[in-house]
Amino acid sequence: MTLTSPAPSQETPPKTARRATRDFASVLRWREIPVTIALIVLVGLTYLANPLFLSQQGVKDLLLNATIVIILAVGQAMVIITRNVDLSIGSILGIVAFSTGTLFVAVPGIPIVLVFLTGMALGALLGAVNGLLVTIAKVPSLVITLGTLYIYRGLNNAWAGGTQYFAGDRPDNFGALSVDTIAGFPLITLIAIVVVVIVAIFMASTRPGRDLYAIGSDPEAAKLFGIPVTRRVLLAFLSNGILAGLAGVLYASRFNSVGATTGTGLEFDIVAAAVVGGVAIFGGSGTVAGAAIGALLLTTITSALTAIRVDKFWQQAIVGLLILAAIIIDRVARIRTQKKLRLSEARDV
Amino acid sequence: MKRFILSYSSMWRHNLVMINSPEMAAERSKTPLLSIRGAAKAFGPVVALADGVVEILPGEIHALVGENGAGKSTLVKILAGLYNLDAGEFLVKGKPVAFRTVADSKAEGISVIYQEPTLFPDLTVAENIFIGRQPKNALGLINRSAMRAQARALFDRLGVRIDPDRIAEGLSIADQQIIEIAKAISLDASVLIMDEPTAALSGIEVERLFQVARALRASGAGILFISHRFDEVFALCDRITVMRDGEYISTHSTESVTVPEIVHEMVGRDIGELFPKVAAKVGDTILNVSKLSRVGVFSDISFEVKAGEIVALAGLVGAGRTEVARAVFGIDTYDQGFVELNGTRLKRNNPQAAIDAGIGFVPEDRRKQGLVMDLSVARNAALTLRNRLSRFGLINGTTERRAAEEWTSRLQVKTASQEYKVSTLSGGNQQKVVLAKWLATEPILLIVDEPTRGIDVGTKSEVHRLLSDLAGRGIAILMISSELPEVLGMADRVLVMHEGRITAQLDRADATAESVMHAATAQLEH
Repeated sequence: MTLTSPAPSQETPPKTARRATRDFASVLRWREIPVTIALIVLVGLTYLANPLFLSQQGVKDLLLNATIVIILAVGQAMVIITRNVDLSIGSILGIVAFSTGTLFVAVPGIPIVLVFLTGMALGALLGAVNGLLVTIAKVPSLVITLGTLYIYRGLNNAWAGGTQYFAGDRPDNFGALSVDTIAGFPLITLIAIVVVVIVAIFMASTRPGRDLYAIGSDPEAAKLFGIPVTRRVLLAFLSNGILAGLAGVLYASRFNSVGATTGTGLEFDIVAAAVVGGVAIFGGSGTVAGAAIGALLLTTITSALTAIRVDKFWQQAIVGLLILAAIIIDRVARIRTQKKLRLSEARDV
Repeated sequence: MKRFILSYSSMWRHNLVMINSPEMAAERSKTPLLSIRGAAKAFGPVVALADGVVEILPGEIHALVGENGAGKSTLVKILAGLYNLDAGEFLVKGKPVAFRTVADSKAEGISVIYQEPTLFPDLTVAENIFIGRQPKNALGLINRSAMRAQARALFDRLGVRIDPDRIAEGLSIADQQIIEIAKAISLDASVLIMDEPTAALSGIEVERLFQVARALRASGAGILFISHRFDEVFALCDRITVMRDGEYISTHSTESVTVPEIVHEMVGRDIGELFPKVAAKVGDTILNVSKLSRVGVFSDISFEVKAGEIVALAGLVGAGRTEVARAVFGIDTYDQGFVELNGTRLKRNNPQAAIDAGIGFVPEDRRKQGLVMDLSVARNAALTLRNRLSRFGLINGTTERRAAEEWTSRLQVKTASQEYKVSTLSGGNQQKVVLAKWLATEPILLIVDEPTRGIDVGTKSEVHRLLSDLAGRGIAILMISSELPEVLGMADRVLVMHEGRITAQLDRADATAESVMHAATAQLEH
């Protein structure tokens, strides 16, 4: 189909292009900037107060503490971006961690790769159940996953009972994943970084990834436009389940014991990490990189406060303050953007 | 063009059985792009569409007209693949189809522009156009610079300048509509369905849309154009199909029919005067706006509205009319100037103070700003009264319903029950609920923003009669409208805005289509 084009209005394109790039950059980058600055300031101040904080061991501890939270926050960000939430991840992590412990005892000499695949498959199954319930029953995910949080935890309790498996039950090279480093990075942290990169590319530069943003931005419009909403939301929950499964396996590598209560109460830390990292709680915007930085910030705060000997009680209150700060910054950013867009529009008329 | 080639070859296969004769050849070249007959769709006991018929030929702009509730939207949703047919014959390019999803409809080259733009506010303009089919690079990842360039090329073809990299949030409805059109063009659709695309546009934008539509027609596409504005239907369309109460009534070629004939078929009766303007006694100044300015939005706005007067605020979309109204009502703030009601200055940026002082505000977007779509008719109508109705902070349902009933019945809101969700009502009836909500507060000044947008002819004249009647009772009315006939037909005085300034104040006698349009576009001409 060809169109005769009415003469486009003439204005110097370079100027507009520059303005466009600037607006675009400020709109897109804004959400990750505050959390990154907060992280840098936090690390800097703590280092001044206690130089041991950034010793080789100190950095390794920071990274190890953040690894599992980062993987979970990345998965959660995918779900939140579609205007959903998954509260059951602590329970999924728990079941997978316990099954990993069981697997090593039940099948001596099992290849570690197979353990990873089994854990991720189990996570995928539990995530898919969440996704199916949300998309078919059309009940808000908040309610569905609150339900599966208890169901999965119940299953874990019934299965594990009083049983606990310890690091000694697992092969040494499995535990070594959380000890050995390459260029100062623990192996499991490298796994987390690979996860962040892959999911970030998926979300930013593939059609299904962009669909997730569209769905969270306006679910009704997504349906009208013919985006396969059900399939995409299912995909988000499934991916989140796989990542929670991966986190469960890594948990068994990193920590000494796995049992009935492993991973209890994690869900809110993870949602907090995503929100602090600039993922809008009502979907449509934010990045997984932001969520990962948010996770790093929250775990670093805990370590930092310990390093400067602040009471545990205050640590939680400070995390709470951070969440509020993140939301306020988000609002301010949004109002500023709107104002800017309005002004640019008034100029363009 | 790919789609066309495909369609011709499939058509050819279909018609193999026909003997080749000159008449047959002529007949074949006219095989409709889309044809639907006896289309029926019911939702439970409610029959939305009993006998829908429409046929779109290649190179034709076909109008579909009918009052709200005539079944046009249902028919559109069937064509779009959102609803499945209960019964009926549906052919695309001569072959029967049964759409299950929107994707099925798109695959057949059908593209729909809805009345309410459906953009994703968090995504960029370019991404809104190409979502789901973004250009990819060699690695299979989205190629953003190609996407941006394609969006720019589309906007150049449309002769508009919208930054492809800005996010869609905060775009004016006119710009949103243009993006929808760009989206449809980029799909290379062979059938383009436009459901009231001009409802939010004015003057120049409408003309631009028409240029695009005519260019598409010239390239062999078929367009289904749904509109309540007859001047547009007659200016643009080749044929007109009329629907009423879910049934097909007739199809005419545009040259052989007149507006009154169409209106008669639409309503099944002759409609009274469309603009029943009654000269009201003009009283004291109610609203006095003085030197109101807001940086980048509007500046130096001064005007008065007297009791019994209808003052229209005309101008192109984006001229700052709605923004002025919002500032007067206190939703947005302003930098300079003041607003006086009955001689008392209003606090800026305080809508509650404006309501208490006696202003009612019927917003432009009734679905998002005027009503709470999930609440019942009664609850919506009584929303403004909740302080008055409450005892010890609690609202009694019975009192609420009674208060609501008074005004909804006076405005003849058509609903089976006050308890139905307001979202189940037709556009015209929803607008009446918004009006009822404000009239219940007994305002002395009523601000109405696009009061009849997307409302059918019958209800439209009812709304006009109502406004006229309210003015007759001494209420001052400030009306924003993009429809010139409405402005000229209803207003005692016309204020014209252009780029955030008032460029003309015209009395009823001086206000003509030319004088208003001239002031609205004044600066664009040099």
